[in-house]
Amino acid sequence: MKHLLGIDDLGAEGIGEVLGLAEAFLEVTKRDIPKVPALRGKTVVSMFYEDSTRTRLSFETAAKRLSADTMTFTAGSSAVRKGESLLDTVRTVEAMGIDAIVVRHRSAGVPHRMAGWTQASVVNAGDGWHEHPTQALLDVFTLRLHRGADLAGLRVAIVGDVKHSRVARSNVKALTALGADVTLVGPPTLMPPDLSGWPVRLSNHLDEVLGTMDVYYVLRIQRERIGEALFPTLREYAARYGLTEERLARLADDILIMHPGPTNRGVEIAAAVADDPRSVITEQVANGVAVRMAVLYHLLAGDGRRPPEVLGELEAARA
Amino acid sequence: MREQPAWSAPDPTPGKGLWLLRAKVFDATDLKRAITRIGHEIVERNHGAGDIVLIGLYTRGVAVAERLAAAIASFEGVEVPVGALDVSFYRDDIGLRPAPSLRPTEVPVDVTGRIVVLCDDVLFTGRTVRAALDAVIDFGRPRAIQLAVLVDRGHRELPIRADYVGKNLPTKWDEDVRVRLAEVDSEDGIEIWDCVEDQDGEVEP
Amino acid sequence: MPDLVLRGGTVLDATGERRADVLVRDGVVTDVGPGVDAPAGAHVLDVEGCIVGPGLVDLHAHLREPGDEDAETIETGARAAALGGYTAVVAMPNTDPPIDSAAVVDQIRRAGRDAACHVSVSGCITKERAGAELAPLGELHAMGVRIFTDDGACVADGGLMRRALEYATALPGAILAQHCEDPALARGGHMHEGPWSSWLGIPGQPGEAESVVVARDLSLCALTRARVHFLHLSSAASVDLVRAAKARGLPVTAEAAPHHFTLTHASCAAYDPVYKVNPPLRSDEDVAAIKAGLADGTIDAIATDHAPHPKEEKERPFDEAPPGMLGLETALSLTLTELVAAEVLTLAQALALLSWRPAVIAGLEGHGGPVAPGRPAHLCVIDPEAVWDVDPARLASKSRNTPYAGRKLTGRIRHTIYGGEPVVLDGVAQR
Repeated sequence: MKHLLGIDDLGAEGIGEVLGLAEAFLEVTKRDIPKVPALRGKTVVSMFYEDSTRTRLSFETAAKRLSADTMTFTAGSSAVRKGESLLDTVRTVEAMGIDAIVVRHRSAGVPHRMAGWTQASVVNAGDGWHEHPTQALLDVFTLRLHRGADLAGLRVAIVGDVKHSRVARSNVKALTALGADVTLVGPPTLMPPDLSGWPVRLSNHLDEVLGTMDVYYVLRIQRERIGEALFPTLREYAARYGLTEERLARLADDILIMHPGPTNRGVEIAAAVADDPRSVITEQVANGVAVRMAVLYHLLAGDGRRPPEVLGELEAARA
Repeated sequence: MREQPAWSAPDPTPGKGLWLLRAKVFDATDLKRAITRIGHEIVERNHGAGDIVLIGLYTRGVAVAERLAAAIASFEGVEVPVGALDVSFYRDDIGLRPAPSLRPTEVPVDVTGRIVVLCDDVLFTGRTVRAALDAVIDFGRPRAIQLAVLVDRGHRELPIRADYVGKNLPTKWDEDVRVRLAEVDSEDGIEIWDCVEDQDGEVEP
Repeated sequence: MPDLVLRGGTVLDATGERRADVLVRDGVVTDVGPGVDAPAGAHVLDVEGCIVGPGLVDLHAHLREPGDEDAETIETGARAAALGGYTAVVAMPNTDPPIDSAAVVDQIRRAGRDAACHVSVSGCITKERAGAELAPLGELHAMGVRIFTDDGACVADGGLMRRALEYATALPGAILAQHCEDPALARGGHMHEGPWSSWLGIPGQPGEAESVVVARDLSLCALTRARVHFLHLSSAASVDLVRAAKARGLPVTAEAAPHHFTLTHASCAAYDPVYKVNPPLRSDEDVAAIKAGLADGTIDAIATDHAPHPKEEKERPFDEAPPGMLGLETALSLTLTELVAAEVLTLAQALALLSWRPAVIAGLEGHGGPVAPGRPAHLCVIDPEAVWDVDPARLASKSRNTPYAGRKLTGRIRHTIYGGEPVVLDGVAQR
């Protein structure tokens, strides 16, 4: 596998492989010297056309823990400000000798186009509303640490602004690939216009769904959406779709609460809810580095694609 | 599982053709004696079992480490800690071959100041052990690192030598030495296999 | 100019089809019939197996001059048109400056004097296409402008559109052509709103953004009795509305572009902006409706909406790239390959849609045939069996943004005769 542009590039089997790697890397990150020489001599460049200190640092840390060298372009950097075309920037960077590009951009499809322009591996760190595959991978990784490797039949509610959420799209793909039962919850205006072909259920009423789910994945609501007449006020949104303390009280002890961060406390999620022991939000963040190490290793170490006989042998040997 | 003719077996180095068992060098009893002997040698060389940590290299090295720990416990009465190491991230052939799948690395105690005895089934080119040395040193600063193997088959490519050897077995480069351990392979033994037909379909004379 | 004989072909025009040779002298067709005598010194073209028809007429081409000559010029656009069999194109007025004054009309006419086809100039409906004040429609009409449009933009103010239509009823032959796209409904949309846009995460605009304007302008047409033409229809709902309006006898005409009967929103899956266009590529149902509309006469013309863009512009991210595709050199071949070969249209219907019906709408009496003695010699010769691959690098346009790169098409222009002169010979532009 050359690129990670979306969850479909992995499929259920690929997800399993990457998460297996992530487990190994999680152990590495807990060592006194949390570093392995696996990607020594490789160069990973971050091209973050959209600001995101957290995700960018997570990727850079992951690359460094694998002993790779890193380069960074951010939204404020001169190349981006001068309006140099994406293609020219990619060509320039490639001429310097790189093995992977980690790219975030506010326009969907940018990683796909870049993949056609370069020999390097391209990792999608978020493209517009489309996908954020490493976020979904670390979310599923976190879920598996709590619920075991088999997520078949796990009932997950994704609550909030699905229409504009790349995290939601990637999670729908990852969770359904692993057999989970996904329900989207939110007002009709915040759902994608046409859900035909999506392997999900839909509800416009959080209270009807409350108590029937194993996992509540809460999405961030953005203030800017009010100007687009997608819902009247944040207050009304919080009242109808927020995971409030009152709603939390109706939930069982063994459910999990997740959020891709950063949270809008008091809007889509109450402060007390985010801090509740059933919330794994901080774990999600902590697992990000190990998962991103796994992705980089999977793409850059070895051809990544193993012949079926090898898989069979290794299965037998592992037994 | 693919269909196999009766005289061949799943090939641990896939893609290399058809193999024929030439000789069984050790049986279960020989193997047991070798383990016991190595166990004694380890304790003798290190003047006791107190500071030792046995770290096995996946896959069969882990079984070797566990058997050595059991042997040492039985005659010395000391529980020596056992760890398992996956050296995939330290290999020097990353990117050249398909990456093998990973197992969890577990080093249960701090290695600093202790004597680490790396355990593996076969010592061949020495590259795996080199990777293991780098990995162990990332965990701390052992007082010493020693190497115990069941078979030394020669053909070293790096200046690495074993401290404890079950059997010295000179081999040809294109032969394969296979250690069988019941935990992994359902029986014990050491076998030498010949390549009858290489991956290009050429038949050896 | 030497005389010209087209020997051995099948003449096809609005009056029918017959095996006949054609003799052209001094820019005029002088003889059509089997076994025409070639005068001394005449250039004789063997067109055995070919169709000889009136030159094609494009109601809708963006020639980009003045203002965006990096993308295309009148010269290069006309050459591309001639290679596509066109002897006349209507140049759209969203140039810079826009065609909302006599001076710009004059500028374009002069630039088009030596072009490889006739460049007919359209004018804006509103000043600077801003949608606020009427452009000097009468002044432009006096200069011969017949088609008025703000294309690229929609005249969103219903009141203003009504006044424009009323005013135009006093301008004989004038047609107001609407780019139907309600700005509020379309806002932020970069592709068709539907299952594909939902998965791809690209903001979409629904088909209703087009059909609500079609519905409004049909009502205004009924109110004012002015002629209305709908540019580049793309949605099934729009086609249904026009069909019903025609049944009621309203003076409405419509066109569709080849990309709207050959491509769907599925093409956007790779995020390649070469597939980005306004109105956007829509669903299979919409494509089927366009084809049905072409076949039953609801849609009067195939118009290319030829929209060149320089390479760098189409290399931008999908939502930032400008919409538009090339069309002049591929329109006929696409029609033949996808509609005639599939028996959606007969060859005669195809040429009607590409040649004589648009000629009537544009008021270009000299174009669109018939191929008969005394008529100006604007002709195209079609080899219906020629197979060719679309190679962007070999197109005559200055730009390369064709969505059909690598496509194999059947049917191609062999010669184009413009005013008696072969401007395209054996697929090679002579001018």
